[in-house]
Amino acid sequence: MSLKDISTSVPKKDHSGKVSGQLPYISDVKVENMVYGVLVRSQVAYGKIISIQLPNLPEGYEAVGAEDIPGPNFVKIIKEDQPIFANEWVNYIGEPILMLVGKDLNILYSLLKEVKVIIEEHQAIYTLDEAIKQKSAAGVIMASYEFGESLETVSAIEQGAHQIIEEEYDTGYQEHVYLEPQGMLAIYKDDEIEVQGSMQCLYYIKNALLSALACGDDEVRVVQSPTGGGFGGKEEFPSMMACHVAVAARAVKKSVMLVFDRSEDMVVTTKRHPAKLNYRTALDKVGNILSLSVEIFLDGGANVGLSSVVLQRALINSAGVYKIPHFHAKGYVLKTNTVPNGAFRGFGAPQSFAGIESHLGHLSKLANIEPLEYKRKYLVKQGDPTITKGIFRDPILVEDMIEDLLKTSEYKKKKQEFQRFNQQNLRYKKGIGTSLFLHGCGFTGSGERDHIKATVKLVKSKDGIVMLKISNSDMGQGILTTLCKIVAKELDLPYEDVLYPYPDTKVVPDSGPTVASRTTMIVGKLLERAAKKLKAQWQSGVDQEVVEHYVHREMIPWDEKTFTGDAYPAYSWGVNFVELEVDTLTGNVKLEKVYGNYEVGKVIDDRIMKGQIDGGLAQGLAYGYLEKMTSKQGKIQQKSISDYGPPTSLDVVPIESKVFDNPYADGPYGAKGAGELTLIGGAPAVQAAIEDALHTTFQQIPITPEVIIESLWMKEGEEG
Amino acid sequence: MIKFTLNGKTEETNAPATTRLLDLLRDDFELIGTKEGCGEGECGACSVFVNNLLQNSCLIPIGSIAGAEIQTIEGILETKKFKILDESYSDAGGVQCGYCIPGMIMASAALLSKNPHPSKAEIREGISGNLCRCTGYNMIVDAINQAAKKGDGIW
Ligand code: FES
Ligand code: FES
Repeated sequence: MSLKDISTSVPKKDHSGKVSGQLPYISDVKVENMVYGVLVRSQVAYGKIISIQLPNLPEGYEAVGAEDIPGPNFVKIIKEDQPIFANEWVNYIGEPILMLVGKDLNILYSLLKEVKVIIEEHQAIYTLDEAIKQKSAAGVIMASYEFGESLETVSAIEQGAHQIIEEEYDTGYQEHVYLEPQGMLAIYKDDEIEVQGSMQCLYYIKNALLSALACGDDEVRVVQSPTGGGFGGKEEFPSMMACHVAVAARAVKKSVMLVFDRSEDMVVTTKRHPAKLNYRTALDKVGNILSLSVEIFLDGGANVGLSSVVLQRALINSAGVYKIPHFHAKGYVLKTNTVPNGAFRGFGAPQSFAGIESHLGHLSKLANIEPLEYKRKYLVKQGDPTITKGIFRDPILVEDMIEDLLKTSEYKKKKQEFQRFNQQNLRYKKGIGTSLFLHGCGFTGSGERDHIKATVKLVKSKDGIVMLKISNSDMGQGILTTLCKIVAKELDLPYEDVLYPYPDTKVVPDSGPTVASRTTMIVGKLLERAAKKLKAQWQSGVDQEVVEHYVHREMIPWDEKTFTGDAYPAYSWGVNFVELEVDTLTGNVKLEKVYGNYEVGKVIDDRIMKGQIDGGLAQGLAYGYLEKMTSKQGKIQQKSISDYGPPTSLDVVPIESKVFDNPYADGPYGAKGAGELTLIGGAPAVQAAIEDALHTTFQQIPITPEVIIESLWMKEGEEG
Repeated sequence: MIKFTLNGKTEETNAPATTRLLDLLRDDFELIGTKEGCGEGECGACSVFVNNLLQNSCLIPIGSIAGAEIQTIEGILETKKFKILDESYSDAGGVQCGYCIPGMIMASAALLSKNPHPSKAEIREGISGNLCRCTGYNMIVDAINQAAKKGDGIW
């Protein structure tokens, strides 16, 4: 198959293996001399380990703990605050203390019950609200940033303002529910530990292993298994599991498999950070915004992990897609004695967009202007500064995208229809909500240049087959297909002649992690350049190899301390409209129609893009009204899929979407990032639609039936 | 000893009667197409046919399958029906991470055998016991809709 237009869809590389179920995920793998591992975990949120008493272990069963770690006892992420096995203190319920290994999982589970860990309990911080109260205590603030206009200027403006509006907004946990639970296998060989598993970031894992095992570069090797969904949940968390199995394999000299069941996965793995966002806005007489101050608190859980970077993205997005005069923001990651939170599709942006879209919606009501119209007054334009004193360099098509959706959805007519419907119906109420959003593509600031330094390689065989040698993971988003398309098109080769085997650090250079909507734009561009180079030197009948390194396009340099500069090289954009019906008797929300217009530069594969839109929106919508996870006294309360409630086929409705072309010079064929963007607009549009239906306001997501019923009761009380 | 038919062949096992059918299939018969997503009957990744009925194999103790006819995804791979589903899922873009997919294929086949001309609403209903976290379902619904049309007469 030769490729005419890059966007035209092709069959996916991994289709057959997946549809037949014969492609082995990590839990499908068995190797010789393999034992299983189970983890002894803390049942206490914060305390000191006094003693550990093991039962008599049958022959072939062993315990592995901190003393078996050859290197330092932490999982190398950013800060060294996450132990591989708890040493002396435990900081959250579920923290790993030691591992039991042996042949039979049933025996391991019964041994697990007999392990006695005595922990002296100390006073823990269980919630974000408690952490905010104790913010000044040592160690509670794990990261913080502040930027924008000086507070003096802002307060001078506030003094002259007609009114000041303050709002507090809360967002909850979100659980990834990748359908394949986490799993990792360490294959033991005398001179090498090979770790295979479900993962997004091979070199994060490799670096964590080099540190934990204190070994040479050629003594560890990381191979990605087909990965049953990631959504950020397999970004940093697998590094810890990899350390567990690798340390254990070294200690017992056998291959060790660690696979979570669903409840373990739900209780101990990272989640989307719960957040509190405070808005303080000065308005003039007619409701125009004079200044806006934002304060963001993220619940980091017990370890900082990636939370500081998540906070950065949350802050950078704290003004949404708007140009706000006199903007100030600060944010904190606070420590609580709960399961550490981490990466999740959107990475801090979904919280910020839910908050700012909600706030602007509420301001529009004060100004008595239709919400979408109010928001459009503040929309950023090409050439405008960003809130971090960067620049929106490229054309921005959001106005066209809105206009188009107003037409397709017959917005005005629908609004009138719904109004009539609501007047005639006591029980059911219909509403329309909108959201406007963007996503910065790639790592924040100079991350690509300073930390990642991506390298890609193309290897061509004598018979003209070209192989991609990169460290990025296909976790369902389709890069096995899209990246091959880019290379095939550039080389004028049939798509079938370009191959991308599951990556193995023995043979692939570090092209960076599979995160931050960077893979298509950054790695894809490097591959495009590599392909151009290969094409120029192409010789038939010989083996050839080309390598390309990341080149940074200097813009306004990012300074993390002052929080200024171009936070991202490029932005992708989106607009969502949601129509829904609320049952005021039960509080149930039924989606009726969902629209999405997006701009991601250039689409590399139409069908794959549609898959990202539908899947991302399903997660984003559900984040707003369906998915609820809570923790009580440090314990996650939802231990099964149905307790938590991700959408089923009955919850999702057809999504009408369109993608606008706006090629970006530094992306392959003009492509920018797309994977995270599609999640971000769901929740705020759902909230706005529920508010529209009920003529009320909410200061939180998810807006579950309980929240709706409570608000209706309150409204009734007020109206007497 | 428990005797049963698996993908058309008579088989037997000495595994304890409380063993989950899912484990028997995966561990003893190395049929990896049946996946475990939850182990609690909530996701459908482990869907198989027991006497032609769609069932979650994680909830079935093998003590209850004596004499039963079990069919896994591996047992339908060579059929025309599978071929049509395979093509339709590809054309509609119904497959992302793939972990839910064998279960979805089984659910699709079950639905179409019962109702060869389902409406979109009936398709949604038919796969509502199968969780997919990647696709948002719409492209899977399209795939089944296409398969119904392409395979008209064979379901
Ligand atoms: S594994 Fe059986 S229903 Fe989820
Ligand atoms: S394709 Fe990933 S869960 Fe369905």
